[in-house]
Amino acid sequence: MSQERGRLRPGILHSLTAALGAILLPHVTHLPLWCSAACAAFLGLRTMLTWRGQASPGRWTLVALALACALGIALGFGAAFGRDASVALLALMLGLKLLETQSSRDATVCICLGYFLIITNFLYSQTIPTAACMLVLMIWLTATMVSAQDRTGALGPKQCLRLAGTLLLQGLPVMLVLFLLFPRINGPLWGFPQANNSSLTGLSDRMSPGSISNLGRSDAVAFRVEFQSPMPSPASLYWRGPVLWDFDGRTWNAAAMLSTAPMQHTAKGPSINYTVTLEPHSQRWLFAIDLPRNVPDGVLLTGDYQLLAEQPVRARIRYDISSHSSYQYGLEEAPQALVRALRLPEGLNPRARELAQALLAAQRQPQAVVNEVLRMFRTQLFYYTLEPPPLGRHSVDEFLFRTKRGFCEHYASAFVFLMRAAGIPARVVTGYQGGELNPVGDYLIVRQSEAHAWAEVWLRGQGWVRVDPTAAVSPARIQRGIAAAVPEADPLPLSVRGNLEALRSLAFTWDAVANAWNQWVLGYSPDRQMELLHDLGLAHPNWRTLVILVVGLISSVLGALAFVILLRLRPAPGDPVEQLWKRFCAKLARAGAPRRISEGPQDFAQRAAKRLPSMGKEIAAITQCYIGLRYADPGPRPQEAHPKEVRRLQALIRHLRPGRGPPRT
Amino acid sequence: MPSDDLAQISLNALRFLAPAARRPTSRSPATDSHQAPVARALAQLGEIILGKRVQLKLTLACLLARGHLLIEDLPGVGKTTLAQSLAACLGLRLQRIQFTSDLLPADITGVSIFDRTSGSFKFHPGPIFAQIILADEVNRATPKAQSALLEAMEERQVTVEGETRALPEPFFVIATQNPSHQIGTFPLPESQLDRFLMRLRLGYPDPQAERLLLEGRDRRAMLSEMSPCLGLQDIERLQGAVREVFVSPAILDYLQALLTNSRDARAFPHGLSPRAGLSLLQAARAWALVEGRSHVLPEDLQAVLPAVSGHRLQGSGSLAAADGEELARRLVESVALP
Repeated sequence: MSQERGRLRPGILHSLTAALGAILLPHVTHLPLWCSAACAAFLGLRTMLTWRGQASPGRWTLVALALACALGIALGFGAAFGRDASVALLALMLGLKLLETQSSRDATVCICLGYFLIITNFLYSQTIPTAACMLVLMIWLTATMVSAQDRTGALGPKQCLRLAGTLLLQGLPVMLVLFLLFPRINGPLWGFPQANNSSLTGLSDRMSPGSISNLGRSDAVAFRVEFQSPMPSPASLYWRGPVLWDFDGRTWNAAAMLSTAPMQHTAKGPSINYTVTLEPHSQRWLFAIDLPRNVPDGVLLTGDYQLLAEQPVRARIRYDISSHSSYQYGLEEAPQALVRALRLPEGLNPRARELAQALLAAQRQPQAVVNEVLRMFRTQLFYYTLEPPPLGRHSVDEFLFRTKRGFCEHYASAFVFLMRAAGIPARVVTGYQGGELNPVGDYLIVRQSEAHAWAEVWLRGQGWVRVDPTAAVSPARIQRGIAAAVPEADPLPLSVRGNLEALRSLAFTWDAVANAWNQWVLGYSPDRQMELLHDLGLAHPNWRTLVILVVGLISSVLGALAFVILLRLRPAPGDPVEQLWKRFCAKLARAGAPRRISEGPQDFAQRAAKRLPSMGKEIAAITQCYIGLRYADPGPRPQEAHPKEVRRLQALIRHLRPGRGPPRT
Repeated sequence: MPSDDLAQISLNALRFLAPAARRPTSRSPATDSHQAPVARALAQLGEIILGKRVQLKLTLACLLARGHLLIEDLPGVGKTTLAQSLAACLGLRLQRIQFTSDLLPADITGVSIFDRTSGSFKFHPGPIFAQIILADEVNRATPKAQSALLEAMEERQVTVEGETRALPEPFFVIATQNPSHQIGTFPLPESQLDRFLMRLRLGYPDPQAERLLLEGRDRRAMLSEMSPCLGLQDIERLQGAVREVFVSPAILDYLQALLTNSRDARAFPHGLSPRAGLSLLQAARAWALVEGRSHVLPEDLQAVLPAVSGHRLQGSGSLAAADGEELARRLVESVALP
């Protein structure tokens, strides 16, 4: 009988198998193929066995399978027992446990492991869709647990789900308290280093023809910006990233050695204050509007005004910074730097060199040379396009004199080449230009498609001056964004092109939600926690205060829940006879004769008297009195007799002195 | 188990034989006058039907509550003997109707036949005009014949050829059906089952009772020697006393809790109807009277619940296969008594 009760109904096993399968599904993308196949095989076998009502495989088969799986993991992952290996081990062992599951005890183990498996999904993805999916699966798993605990099988699926929902809702306050107040460590919520960086898009420390136009096709978000001061016009939003100095004829490279010497600059105009939330891009650059100041702690400002974090940015970070929109810097640039900014590879692009020499001869003044080149871009038939034709060995020559079609990196590259050939120190600056205001959340979204490259020339008396040749070719790119600038046929992402107004507003709303999620859930850092506590009136909480707060709040939440539940369980108070009877039952229960919940008074009295023969007389008298008060006809004048009888019952029960424990026979 | 049962039975018997010693205060003089005849009848019945004290008490309670009884059991466990001994003990007229598939309603109610000597139709009353009816294998007959019986049970009168004839008082139907042979039968639908106040199973006797039965005399001979221990007035008085048994508000609370829980769709797809509630209360009153009390205790409701609700309840989920007694036990366990 008891064994039969312990056995699981097939429906529970099917539900459990399906839930675990659904939880395992996202792992297929990062587990080795054999692991996924083995898990699928275990789940499939389980389903088949349940379906046919057959017994689980024998113990030794399972042991052999477990050893084989452990060996496979040891061989497959080797010494690097990290995230993937642990997840694979958990998944495989869970599959095996499921295979041997027969009783509800096994099922409980599987369900608890299933909760762990849900957590492992967050090691790979922390987006809202993942969280939503895992929430649904958690409710499902909890409902399965409710069903497995329901021995009678009287609960339908809907009731199980409702109970599971209630359970999770009751857990919600505890979760909130722990999330908000549990002492946090610095770092992302899921502080796992990314295993590989290949999947991340972003600017790199090198630029060759086509590298930025490739980025232009991605609508991935690079970073989001909230402005505390009025937002400058889009045309002036040059988000400065890697500065490229060295050219090998095809590729521009960042300087190997970066000068960190503080540079002289004079800022003009008002400062702009803003907060950047940067998506991870596995490089050290942080982005800021040209000429950043008030650099955050631990961030390096290089001599060419790049911002570098101490570590590559592998998790979403947030920093406050301010900038000057108008400035002058690099007036006294080091001579080595200027020499470097003139270096060109030998023997390449002869026509461009000739053009530069001719311009220099004609104009004499560097500023005039700059203007002449810009005029050339503006007046000749240069096209701005995402799909430029491929270039050969003399890339600058071919672009300037043959194809005349290019994206910003082509223009920046050609411009800097011409400047250097004309003896004017110049360098390429890459980064992002512009951005899109999300009216829903009132913040600026900068996408990879806004990646840009421009130039800086050094002019005596003016220092480094930004020149954007793209602006000469396609002013719309700078003024109105990339979508306005490239031809209709170019393959821009849909959300960037944005012809559909409804789709656009939907995308904005979604991005605002995702941003809030990033800011408040994933980006809930120790700083934010301190901010919150400060707002709550705790100025300088240490961990002890936090622990006391957490424990106190959780106990009060649990206490409130328990109070509500007990209040609902408690029968209507007031009937003194009932209270007295309960006191009597409690006394006998302590003496070793507890009353069964549905046992009537007379049955109970008989049983109790048999168990506690020494008190048989008292028990009979009390029960008699109780029955007379509660069930018998009160007679013609109850007002007089009743209180007297109640007092008698009270006295009888008070004088009942049961010894502890049942008498030994 | 059997020894426990015996202990229970003997305890119950003790309660009857020496009620005054146990409960000096809660009994009114009126109960005493009811107590003696009931105890007498039970003792006399117990001589014939061995080891079935609870069933006998329920049968008596059913009769006193003016209900009807359905006995569902295998042949040979003493259904007929029970009916015969009840009739003999109470001095009531017994008629037995064997239900067969070709039984017609007129075979039950009677028929008018033209009497040549008087030149008019003369009504020949059917077997239904008796005080105790043993309707044997009621599920063998067609629904039409069944309904003739069931209508008589409900109305306590019979309408033949436009003329309504009252049935004698008391009128007590003991219908039996054989649960194991369902081929070619017309099982009573739930609405018809509802007409029976109680459904009982007699079951096999325990070894000691069976030994006594085997050792003892022929039951038929014992029956023929039996003299009635109750008169018609006694029965009418007891039936009237059932209505007087006191029901406290606490009992009504408990009864309503039972009814409410039986309507909880998770365990029981069909709950107990209001009529079932009334039946329960009536049966519990009768049981209390049989137990010698002038008020109903929760135990009385619990005692009659299997018999009264067993054929009215249906389980779902894991209870789908459970029988009436098991369902009633679950129902009792689901309600907490203060």
